Amino acid sequence: MTALAGAERAAVARPGRRAFGGGLRRLVLHGTLVILMLIWLLPTIGLFVNSFRSSADITASGWWTALFPPTGLTLDSYAKVLGQTDIGSGFINSLFITIPATIIPIFVAAFAAYAFSWMNFPFRNGLFVAVVGLLVVPLQTTFIPILQAYGKLNIAGEFLTVWLAHAGYGLPFAIYLLRNFMGSLPKEVFESAAIDGASPVTSFFRLALPMSVPAIAALAIFQFLFVWNDLLVAFIYLGSVRPENLPMTVQINNLVNQFGAGWELLGPAAFLSMALPLAVFFALQRYFVRGITGGAVKG
Amino acid sequence: MDPRLGTAAAVVIGMPAVIIGYIYGTELVLARTSEHLRTRLRPWLWLLPALLFLFLFLIWPTILTILRSFQGRLAGSWVGFANYSWFFTSGDALTALRNNVLWVVFLTLITVGLGLIVAVLVDRVRYESIAKSIIFVPLAISMTAAAVIWRFMFEYQSAGQPQTGTLDAMLTLFGFKPISWLQVETGAFNTILLIIVMAWMWTGFAMVILSAALKGISPELLEAARVDGATEWQVFRRIVFPLLTPTIAVVSTTMVITALKAFDIVYVMTGGNFGTDVVASLMIKQMSFNEFGRSSALAVVLLIAIIPVMLVNINRFRAQEAIR
Repeated sequence: MTALAGAERAAVARPGRRAFGGGLRRLVLHGTLVILMLIWLLPTIGLFVNSFRSSADITASGWWTALFPPTGLTLDSYAKVLGQTDIGSGFINSLFITIPATIIPIFVAAFAAYAFSWMNFPFRNGLFVAVVGLLVVPLQTTFIPILQAYGKLNIAGEFLTVWLAHAGYGLPFAIYLLRNFMGSLPKEVFESAAIDGASPVTSFFRLALPMSVPAIAALAIFQFLFVWNDLLVAFIYLGSVRPENLPMTVQINNLVNQFGAGWELLGPAAFLSMALPLAVFFALQRYFVRGITGGAVKG
Repeated sequence: MDPRLGTAAAVVIGMPAVIIGYIYGTELVLARTSEHLRTRLRPWLWLLPALLFLFLFLIWPTILTILRSFQGRLAGSWVGFANYSWFFTSGDALTALRNNVLWVVFLTLITVGLGLIVAVLVDRVRYESIAKSIIFVPLAISMTAAAVIWRFMFEYQSAGQPQTGTLDAMLTLFGFKPISWLQVETGAFNTILLIIVMAWMWTGFAMVILSAALKGISPELLEAARVDGATEWQVFRRIVFPLLTPTIAVVSTTMVITALKAFDIVYVMTGGNFGTDVVASLMIKQMSFNEFGRSSALAVVLLIAIIPVMLVNINRFRAQEAIR
């Protein structure tokens, strides 16, 4: 959070942009930036244009031909994706998977973060260091035993399996982010609440939780995007057992591998899967950036 | 109505209710105990759900995977280090290992280097927020979507056919032969291309953090150097860069971890074919062959590669706590 506070301060303190030497230098500056921006946009624009073209057009010519008349743009592929393919149900599945998998770890982490911040107990620092270590454990080391345990419990392929797995996988970051935020809240607030006879439960719900809303929002966005965009976890726990439960990412990957047939559906499917993350991103960009700088600069 | 909707609603409302109910329940029990016992027990009761999740989904499975890596195809058939000696003698596995090294080196260099350049340049123009958004936005989409987007860049049609891939169209425009981009194994060219796709996604991450750190540098300091006659390059080299070094280190560790865990881009774009497999994708492949011993060994290799980064993170965290 320190870096962000710095950023806000600098924005106020800095009266104007610093000139970058003479005219040629400014030309190089703007030229470099504009070229970089174009390179970054080009791939997306290409797929976007292609998503409005018929399958015959896509295989016959590149997307840029549609920029000049006759464009031959059509919404057919979008209609087909929504109506006929598995992508439509994949969208619903993605929602089913993502919403509980976002809510569960936030609640579990909030209580733990409060305990780490404002309660005293032996091994407190050691335990938190372990959480910091768990932040980077590759999920790959957990797949086989968990998959086998799910099989024994007879819940393989159910949504429950990915909800719980995502909650567990997201927890180290959730505890870490919330504890860093809650721990930096003013100590006096909690001390005076305790003197006034407030129990930890009251302090948590009346003070810590409302004051941590920015961190919780950042965390919610992160976990939401992580789960929505996830391919691997869903593929491992749902993939072979219950194909009808698969989220969009896995459905799109299956479409990629069906060479030829349905090639024109890839673009609309990809944009459909991007719609929600992009909406979240643009609506809540500030929290998103705050979460990234807060999480990473501290970490 | 979809019956799953009921389940989802029950989970969305039920799970928080269960956790909150649990906390209130423990308070009821604690109220019957002595003051001393209460303050000693309470933290553990509040931590319990989190510790259970961490243990069941991260710690215990990791221990089992390490044990499994010393067993063969069948659980319980102990084979010693056979899976590891397979790893260090099989051509596929060594290629995957080499590719992971390439991923770590190039992904980190490209994202941090380009992120730093953009952060410094963008600080001097009026369209800063637009430029930043454009570079940053790929981070919000899935790697699957990114892979689809770039597939149309790398698409290949044999020479003479109308080219439908953006890059090949540019090549043929200038009279060159089209290239089958993702199939060129020479010099791990196709792996580098996959790394570029990932860099397209992650440069924005490096840029945002470096840009925040850059704006934290006091403008008076830079102004003083300029008044003393320092050139822009000297200001950057002697003041800005040294002050950014800790942040660059943080971003680099994150990128190293991202590179080691790389999976989705490889899996969706090439399926690991044409020599593009990485350890994580090879692990999934071995899993699909029911080679759980080898698969576990691959996961453990990944874990071992990440441990140094983990220790660096823990040390940095300890240092921050010390000045807190």
